[in-house]
Amino acid sequence: MSTTRAAPASSSRRAAPERGRSGGDDRRLSWRNRLYRFDMRYMPYLMIAPFFLLFVVFGLFPLLFNAVVSLRNYRLDDPTLPYWAGVENFSRLLGDEDFWNALYNTFGIFLLSSVPQLLLALVVAALLNRKLRAQTWWRVGVLLPYVTPIVASTMVFSVFFSRDFGMANWVLGLFGLGGPDDPIDWRADKLHSWIAIATMVNWKWIGYNALLYLAAMQSIPRDVYEAAAIDGAGPWKQLWRITVPMIQPVVLFTVILSTIGGLQLFTEPMLFDPNAQAATGGPNGEWQTIAQLIYKVGWKDLNLGYAAAMSWALFLIILIVAGVNYVVTNRLSGGRK
Amino acid sequence: MTAVAPPRRRPRLVARAPQETPAGLWTYLFLALTMLFAAFPLYWMFVIATSDDQALAKLPPAVVPGDRFLTNVDEVFSLQDVYFAASLVNSVIVATVVTASVLFFCSLAGFAFAKLRFKGSSALMLFVVLTLTVPNQLGIVALYIVMGKLGWNGTLLAVIAPGLVTAFGVFYMRQFIVNTVPDELVESARMDGATTMRVYASIVLPAIRPALAVLGLLTFVATWNDFQWPLITLSGTDFPTSMVAVSDLASGNYVIYRRVLAGAFIATVPLLVMLFIGGRQIVRGIMEGAVKS
Repeated sequence: MSTTRAAPASSSRRAAPERGRSGGDDRRLSWRNRLYRFDMRYMPYLMIAPFFLLFVVFGLFPLLFNAVVSLRNYRLDDPTLPYWAGVENFSRLLGDEDFWNALYNTFGIFLLSSVPQLLLALVVAALLNRKLRAQTWWRVGVLLPYVTPIVASTMVFSVFFSRDFGMANWVLGLFGLGGPDDPIDWRADKLHSWIAIATMVNWKWIGYNALLYLAAMQSIPRDVYEAAAIDGAGPWKQLWRITVPMIQPVVLFTVILSTIGGLQLFTEPMLFDPNAQAATGGPNGEWQTIAQLIYKVGWKDLNLGYAAAMSWALFLIILIVAGVNYVVTNRLSGGRK
Repeated sequence: MTAVAPPRRRPRLVARAPQETPAGLWTYLFLALTMLFAAFPLYWMFVIATSDDQALAKLPPAVVPGDRFLTNVDEVFSLQDVYFAASLVNSVIVATVVTASVLFFCSLAGFAFAKLRFKGSSALMLFVVLTLTVPNQLGIVALYIVMGKLGWNGTLLAVIAPGLVTAFGVFYMRQFIVNTVPDELVESARMDGATTMRVYASIVLPAIRPALAVLGLLTFVATWNDFQWPLITLSGTDFPTSMVAVSDLASGNYVIYRRVLAGAFIATVPLLVMLFIGGRQIVRGIMEGAVKS
């Protein structure tokens, strides 16, 4: 903000000697003057222009144009339909069983992934927040899942969660669950497929969120802990009573982030399906998410108008859920009531 | 600091912030478990990528790499309708162009917002911050139509164009420049007659090198891994990105998983190398982003 004070001072200082020097090289001076004024006045706009141009054309415009498309009959396979559809796409949405099923699945997977994800991230962050040997390598290590393409990891987990010879069933068998005689079919019903997909999401994001929490934890002033130690609070109690309330803004941030990301889940449910191209999320839509349904409606059924309407519905849902989650987390983590 | 006196007398209660407490055995044990959980799927991807078909039909499951890696890789590259080799080249092109563009345009705009005075700058910056939270995946249907009008669907242009700038990039660059480039330095360069672009090139760019590394790594990783939009605009063409090609390996009635995972492994290796080399920067980028937001 100090530029506000500095800039006018410099321009007047700069202009003074130029005015005094007026003589034979008047024309050259005024040319330089003009260049200078152009540089001062318009260069900033030229510098931000590429960002705004590209962002408006490929980011903002599609988002707004989506609203127009959602009010139209936009079928790639049938261009003869009347141009406008009115609110038809939206009223169809309300009675569409596929949509409500996908919404149900999306919420189910979202709950199973976001809650354990953020709680485990807190624990991992608390572990990383000790004085560690080879500190950097532990932090880099928890980012392995973050850099791994979801496409690649989903393929691995798809094999882990196969019914016969799957690693997941084998491990559960060691604990006397399921076992080779009575294997769990992870793709047969909602709950099991949700758990499998949620496991992939958790694997991917725990380390990333842990680093966000760790950053916030390290900026907590140490005298807070001094006071806690006098009160005799152990490490576990310190984590929940002091650390979590102190890093509350970051907790809220991660809740919002995982809401926005979790409700748009696409790659994991797509590729968990051996018949991925159909985008049905299981033979009876056991784990079809909304993002997947939008893809199916738009590019398999070729009904872009309806897919656009669904996108707007999803946008609205994300807004509402993010708002609710914000309020709930704010209360739970000890914020203002 | 008033609480310092009493604990001194009772050493058992000496208060230390967690980050000053040396980690005990249990901490290391739990962290090692976390690492195992994080690394095992990657390791196992390699195990299957190096094995024959029998490896997937074993109990207990195979955990030792086989010796068929080159055979499997060779099969992946020679599959007719997957275009795996081309897909790797395409991914390199897309991720490199997008990263270079994000670094250049976002640092330019970040510099303008951080150090230059112009009408409407704070309103425009507010706009950038607001768009940070808009999930632009939701405009994907209209984006497809826009790309269709431009005739770009099915080409790399369709994948590159939407990634050329990010609001996060501008935001991150602005924060970094505000904090690291002193106003006096910019002012004195200006008094010596340096133009704005000259200030950008000779003062700002050298100062923000660490931030460029961070933003570059994060952008490259995100672009390389992107799946939904490339799938929509590129699938069915002979011009996929590597993520689309890997998903193609897994489509069809009979999926050969040693091939799928060999392809997935190859497409993951560049990112593992980046994490190995630039891990410190990536960690820093994520942690700095957290504190500032």
